[in-house]
Amino acid sequence: MILGQMPFVVSALLVIVGLYALLFKRNLIKMVIGVSIIETGVNLFLVTVGYRTGGQAPIYTYSDPVAFRVLPTPQALTLTSIVIGLATTALLLSFVVFIHRHYQTLDAQKIKELKG
Amino acid sequence: MNALLHHAPVLLVAVPLLGAFAVPLLGKLGANVRRGFVGLIVLLTTAIAGYLAASFYAADASPIVYVLGGRLPLPSGMVAPIRIMFEVDGLSVFMILITALAALAAVLYTSSYWKQRSGGTLKDSLMLLLIVGIFGMEMTGDLFNFFVFLEITSIAACSLVGFRVWRGQSQEAAFKVMTLYTLSGLFVLLAVGLLYGQYGGLNIAYLATMVGSGAAVVDKIALALLLTGLAMKAGAVPMHMWAPDAYGEAPGAASIVLVANSQASLYGLFRVLFTLYGNAYSPQTIAWILIALAVVTIIVGVTMALVQRDIKRLIAFGAVSQIGYMMLAVGVGFAAMTALEPSSFGFVALQGGLFHMINDAACIGLLFLAAGIIIRRAGTRDLQGMGGLAHEMRWTTAFFMIGAFALAGMPPLNGFASKLMIYESTFKFSPVLAIIAILASILLLAVFLRAFQAAFLGPQPEGANASQSVPASMLVSMGLLALVVIAFGLFPGFFVDKIVTPAANALWNGRDAYIQAVMLGMGG
Repeated sequence: MILGQMPFVVSALLVIVGLYALLFKRNLIKMVIGVSIIETGVNLFLVTVGYRTGGQAPIYTYSDPVAFRVLPTPQALTLTSIVIGLATTALLLSFVVFIHRHYQTLDAQKIKELKG
Repeated sequence: MNALLHHAPVLLVAVPLLGAFAVPLLGKLGANVRRGFVGLIVLLTTAIAGYLAASFYAADASPIVYVLGGRLPLPSGMVAPIRIMFEVDGLSVFMILITALAALAAVLYTSSYWKQRSGGTLKDSLMLLLIVGIFGMEMTGDLFNFFVFLEITSIAACSLVGFRVWRGQSQEAAFKVMTLYTLSGLFVLLAVGLLYGQYGGLNIAYLATMVGSGAAVVDKIALALLLTGLAMKAGAVPMHMWAPDAYGEAPGAASIVLVANSQASLYGLFRVLFTLYGNAYSPQTIAWILIALAVVTIIVGVTMALVQRDIKRLIAFGAVSQIGYMMLAVGVGFAAMTALEPSSFGFVALQGGLFHMINDAACIGLLFLAAGIIIRRAGTRDLQGMGGLAHEMRWTTAFFMIGAFALAGMPPLNGFASKLMIYESTFKFSPVLAIIAILASILLLAVFLRAFQAAFLGPQPEGANASQSVPASMLVSMGLLALVVIAFGLFPGFFVDKIVTPAANALWNGRDAYIQAVMLGMGG
């Protein structure tokens, strides 16, 4: 039973680790990694929600007609979310590249032109 | 129902989406072709929005359901609504009108803004994508779909904020905004996952019927995540830090669409609160949290605006404080609606809050557009380095003044009309809140008078570049918004009756209609 809950625990841990990185790291790249870890945690959660023990992939052609199938929606959600995550990470990293070009540093504490 | 009306909701998303991806191709044919094309797309979109709104109001204002890729119920006879669908009710139509107005003004304004600079193709493309995302958020009846559109707006908005890659600050702002937007998006996604795991559905109407029937803890966590995520993206304190950076660094015309974007997040918040959850879980507490956040947002927004020297950041903090007014009014409305004996002033509060949304879009938009011209003319964003602009720019001066007075709630402009409704209803709810709101408004007037005095009056500083005249398209764009500001101020009763009341009704007692429009169509 407790083993069945493990994926939820792991995804919660991942979200917390990511939030920690986002809030307490000063390096911009590490902050991006933090965002990425949160995304992974949420995706893992979505996959776990859709998991059914003994369920089969919902492909009609080769499967047993009376089989117990999983609903494909969570997988579709996760795929969409992964694609979106890729786009946001790429965009964030491109901003980091430009920031480095302008300020020659990645330290969030040293880049503070915008205040208040 | 004719075919055009039937397909209007999906066309509203499809037309600008097609436009966004066709712009880079047509851009190869030259800047004029591209500008004409973008103008055409936005005019078409606005026309569809106007047509949808007109026929929606002409009919009995009952929700329109549009099912993508088929019809309900499914051929297999399954009852749960699993298809992706758009659902347009009074509130959605109202938000669509705001977005269409902002889009029209922004595109008119940009049609001459970027003549001297390169990169206009990408900017037009991103602007159209942002509009797609906002329309999608406002119409979708599916929670996951809402998340997808939310992310589309995030990515497009942040690309626009970071568009000026030659400015270090804009990259910094874009990074900050993108991090916060992504975080808010992930909160929403986590909530969607929780609700899906609990009830096995993603349709808002379906979930609304189910909320409260499963584990209360899961529902509450999902609610907290949704509210946090959406309030963050709407720019409410304490997560408002991104807003001045974003509005301040985005190109002039993009700022107004960004305001519409924040309002779309606010729309999502209202939708979750009123339609998805209703009064399932301690609504009074939630209403008070909303009101408290709103009051802090108003105070912080106004006081921070006081100390700004950068004209765009000053306006941006003004915009933050206005989000506070909307949340205050709707919070009061929610509290009154879910009280044991619903009081009629709650409905006035909702009307005032929603009316303020369209008024805010018009007058903040007007200010941002005027600020864009001021910055270009003065060659600086610093109020201390400007002066005497009124001598040559009579129209811009007039438009800035109209926008500033409207925002501060001076009669007879539109800001007064909606703020009066907010004050009246809030006063009946709690006099202290109304007094804070009024005082903040007076401070805001002081802020904008100072900005006005610094930018337009007095002598011109040396080295100001006075040679450029303001392009006509910019004046037309500002004129459009100024017209809205004045018309809504002079005839508030007419507009409240026509467009605001159906929206307020959708919040006040439209939950059942929203649910039934989907669930009865299912035969379930």
